[in-house]
Amino acid sequence: MSLENLIVEYLQRATTEVFATMLGSELARGEASGEKTLPDPGDGVVTFIGVAGPWAGTGSISCSPAAACRVCSCLLQTEAASVDEEVLDAMAELTNMIIGGVKTDLEQHLGPLGLSIPTVVFGRNFKTKAAGGAAWTAVRFDWEGEAILVKFCLAPAERASRALPLPGQDCALEI
Amino acid sequence: MEADILVVDDSAAIRKILQRVLRQTGMAIGLIHEAGDGQQALEVLRGQKVNLVLTDINMPKMDGLQLLAAMKSAPAWKEVPVVMITTEGGEAKVAEAVRLGADGYVRKPFTGDQIKEKLAAFLEPALPL
Repeated sequence: MSLENLIVEYLQRATTEVFATMLGSELARGEASGEKTLPDPGDGVVTFIGVAGPWAGTGSISCSPAAACRVCSCLLQTEAASVDEEVLDAMAELTNMIIGGVKTDLEQHLGPLGLSIPTVVFGRNFKTKAAGGAAWTAVRFDWEGEAILVKFCLAPAERASRALPLPGQDCALEI
Repeated sequence: MEADILVVDDSAAIRKILQRVLRQTGMAIGLIHEAGDGQQALEVLRGQKVNLVLTDINMPKMDGLQLLAAMKSAPAWKEVPVVMITTEGGEAKVAEAVRLGADGYVRKPFTGDQIKEKLAAFLEPALPL
């Protein structure tokens, strides 16, 4: 299995597990896509968390403000009508758990990896980009009509700061 | 006897979830203190008697492993059970926590039953009303 396929599988598993365990929601398998077919979210809530070690990269989750409020309501069992500190904190923790799960799964193959403290952005008409040009692997989940986009980019640490070809082409890892 | 618990996590969301989960365990729990990192946790421990600590690992300023090491090397706190609750499920982190004296380990995401099962060895059931 290529690294890209492995990441897709781990994103699927971690996201459905966290939604089932912490939010009480069953998610159907998401639709995997490469960076070229990804629309830029532009509006809403976007989270980032860094992965470091022999391999380095970033995990990210993006969704609409309404979906972020719903994540908060399900996670904390409180009403969240608009995006506030509590909603941003809930999104940060959701990211920590999902990408942390992917990181733990990847450590079996790539060795120990570190995880940063998550960052959350809420706004309109913004663009995001992973520095160095590493390509994203993404899985889009439909959460009862709301899109939850979970993305991950990863490259060998010595190359992470340089432009990279698409995942799968870049990595010779076969598992 | 009711146990006073210290919950240490930089995420207010997780602290809130653990407050709720702990109250639903049916265990005899008194006060639930909170801290956002290891340094804050040590400040709470200096001022309060705590019977059990639940701590995350990845936190700013002082992480959960540093907090664990500080507690297990201090005569006043070394007998206080410390349970790690974290996304860090890798064998290396678990081994490091065990080496430092962790009394339990729960991986996020967690269910209420997993928390209850892990804490059963340290807490007494609540008395019926």
